[in-house]
Amino acid sequence: MLQINNLHANVGDKPILKGLTLSLNAGEIHAIMGPNGAGKSTLGYVLSGRPGYEVTEGSVTFNGQDLLALEPHERAAAGLFLGFQYPVEIPGVSNVQFLREALNAQRKYRGEAPLTGGEFLKVAREQAGALGMDMDMLKRPVNVGFSGGEKKRNEMVQMGIIDPALAILDETDSGLDIDALRTVGDGINRIMRKPDKAVLLITHYQRLLDYVKPDFVHVLDGGRITRTGGAELALELERDGYKELAA
Amino acid sequence: MTDDIEIKDKAAWDAAEKVADYEHGWSSDIETDFAPKGLNEDTVRFISAKKNEPEWMLEWRLKAFAMWKTMEAPDWAKLNVPPIDYQDAYYYAAPKAKPKLNSLDEVDPEILRVYEKLGIPIAEQKLLAGVEGGEDGGLPQRRVAVDAVFDSVSVATTFRAELDRAGVIFRSISEAIKEYPDLVRKYLGKIVPMHDNYFATLNCAVFSDGTFVYIPEGVRCPMELSTYFRINAENTGQFERTLIVADKGSYVSYLEGCTAPMRDENQLHAAVVELVALDDAEIKYSTVQNWYPGDAEGKGGIYNFVTKRALCQGRNSKVSWTQVETGSAVTWKYPSCVLNGENSVGEFYSVAVTNNHQQADTGTKMIHNGKGSRSTIVSKGISAGHSNNTYRGLVRVAPNAEGVRNFTQCDSLLLGSLSGAHTVPYIEVRNPSAQIEHEATTSKISDDQMFYAMARGLNAEEAVTLIVNGFAKEVLQQLPMEFAVEAQKLLGISLEGSVG
Repeated sequence: MLQINNLHANVGDKPILKGLTLSLNAGEIHAIMGPNGAGKSTLGYVLSGRPGYEVTEGSVTFNGQDLLALEPHERAAAGLFLGFQYPVEIPGVSNVQFLREALNAQRKYRGEAPLTGGEFLKVAREQAGALGMDMDMLKRPVNVGFSGGEKKRNEMVQMGIIDPALAILDETDSGLDIDALRTVGDGINRIMRKPDKAVLLITHYQRLLDYVKPDFVHVLDGGRITRTGGAELALELERDGYKELAA
Repeated sequence: MTDDIEIKDKAAWDAAEKVADYEHGWSSDIETDFAPKGLNEDTVRFISAKKNEPEWMLEWRLKAFAMWKTMEAPDWAKLNVPPIDYQDAYYYAAPKAKPKLNSLDEVDPEILRVYEKLGIPIAEQKLLAGVEGGEDGGLPQRRVAVDAVFDSVSVATTFRAELDRAGVIFRSISEAIKEYPDLVRKYLGKIVPMHDNYFATLNCAVFSDGTFVYIPEGVRCPMELSTYFRINAENTGQFERTLIVADKGSYVSYLEGCTAPMRDENQLHAAVVELVALDDAEIKYSTVQNWYPGDAEGKGGIYNFVTKRALCQGRNSKVSWTQVETGSAVTWKYPSCVLNGENSVGEFYSVAVTNNHQQADTGTKMIHNGKGSRSTIVSKGISAGHSNNTYRGLVRVAPNAEGVRNFTQCDSLLLGSLSGAHTVPYIEVRNPSAQIEHEATTSKISDDQMFYAMARGLNAEEAVTLIVNGFAKEVLQQLPMEFAVEAQKLLGISLEGSVG
């Protein structure tokens, strides 16, 4: 589904990714772990096309398409979803309005008919309900006045509504208490643990992986993948730390 | 009953057809009856004679003209306006006959594109006139009476029968001067006096047409009233005159929407709007202004110098101004409320968008003379391109006005780094019991917001439209629903090319 080949990327003049190679197949969940400043968030931004993140070398294909040639909204329509580490507030725009417009923009791009208000609300209600989110919150402005945990839960509701092929989740577990962590983990499994979907989990900690079992764990350090293993690698990292690993 | 509705719909349809025809034929096909170019006493007499006005009206115009000749154009606004040659314009142009229907091919494709983007091509005219049908059967049937001002003469009024039954007078001002001279004389020039300002005085001398509304005591106007202003003939100054009187305990909602075709010459518009609300009466006045703003270099747009003022004369009277200003090269406009009545209420909700080289200096005045009078001001300025957007507002509390309250909120949103936003509040309080609040913010659309929206599937323009509409929401939600939908789209269109 996703092939990243020798990816180099700069933020400003500073090289952050330095030859990253990674391959995800449909049906797989991959976790990327690594110390602060390793380039984890940069990877998420580069893959979703954030302006200011410049690819200097390498290639990325997504279901056979040259992902890097697409605009951010085209990547979204192609089935890529980025769960934000710091979800952004948009005052005056309700969650419902935001998501309906976003979803219908994606559908239009793909040549599909737009969802009516009723159809959309049905989907939104289901997804909000499954993640224990009050419908009132869906009517509130996007992320405005939400707690850290509510924002992350909202990202998962968005993911459920958009129903992407590939989700890149950037530290979705940070700022969550134990109960919320379980809810979010269940959400990821329910929405994305499917034969035709894949997930790239970017995380600092092993604890989310108690709920979402990764098929592969990669260590990202110095802008490259330095080690790859199974779920047990995460436990090893938790025990020994990244320093030990580097040594 | 059924017959009634059919007849009404038929009348509405006919009126809409008429409007739509003009819509098609705005270009040179319409034979225009021009007053000779230039401005002198003869021009004023020509206009008055063309409209068969009574002697008192002509005298009033001539007095205004004599006054105007002694006045000078104001220059205190933060606007850069080249000198206007008042002798190099026509002051009266009437369409002679109903123009024949031309094909859509003859309409400027740029304008058609904008209409299409608005989702309101020609069929909108019919919809607005309350004609059943259209693609979206889910919407409630619109109940809007349209009085179309095409160039300078009112050409169609619909729903007149039903309004007549309710006792509501909804006429072009020229008709009203003849049919209801006492009522017109009682209020005309009483809210905005003849000597008020340069442009208002000019309007008094040469006003071409406009609208008169009277809502009798205790009547809730059975439908929204709407006037479409269009500027059509090249080099024609547009001098509209609107007078709305809401008698005791009455209510009316009035919509004013404007579009103008592309022109190369600058066009002057100097309208005067006067509102009067008596005891317990309420007037809601909504405007969507989308006149030609000029091209990307700022050439050729409309100059809009408008004087709008409401007199809240009665106890518990209320006037609410809502405006969405996206057009014109230059906007100079301060819809105001004089709150004389005890416990009277004034409201001003405004969204002003400027892009490219547009300039807007707009705001309001809330003059509190009545005890316990209250006012709310919410102004949202959005500046893009090389444009400048200024809020200028006055809140004044008279010495005898006890217990006055005002809340003002002024928010500015900047797009790009070349545009300007300015806030100029004037607060004059002469009574210590007044509570005045003023809040102001200036912000930019952040890269984070843009990327977040785009990562969810919106392109750059859709993302800006969404964020801007969120910013302006408090104002947009004051508009009647159908208007609000159009206004939202309009904001996006106005900001086209400002990102990316």
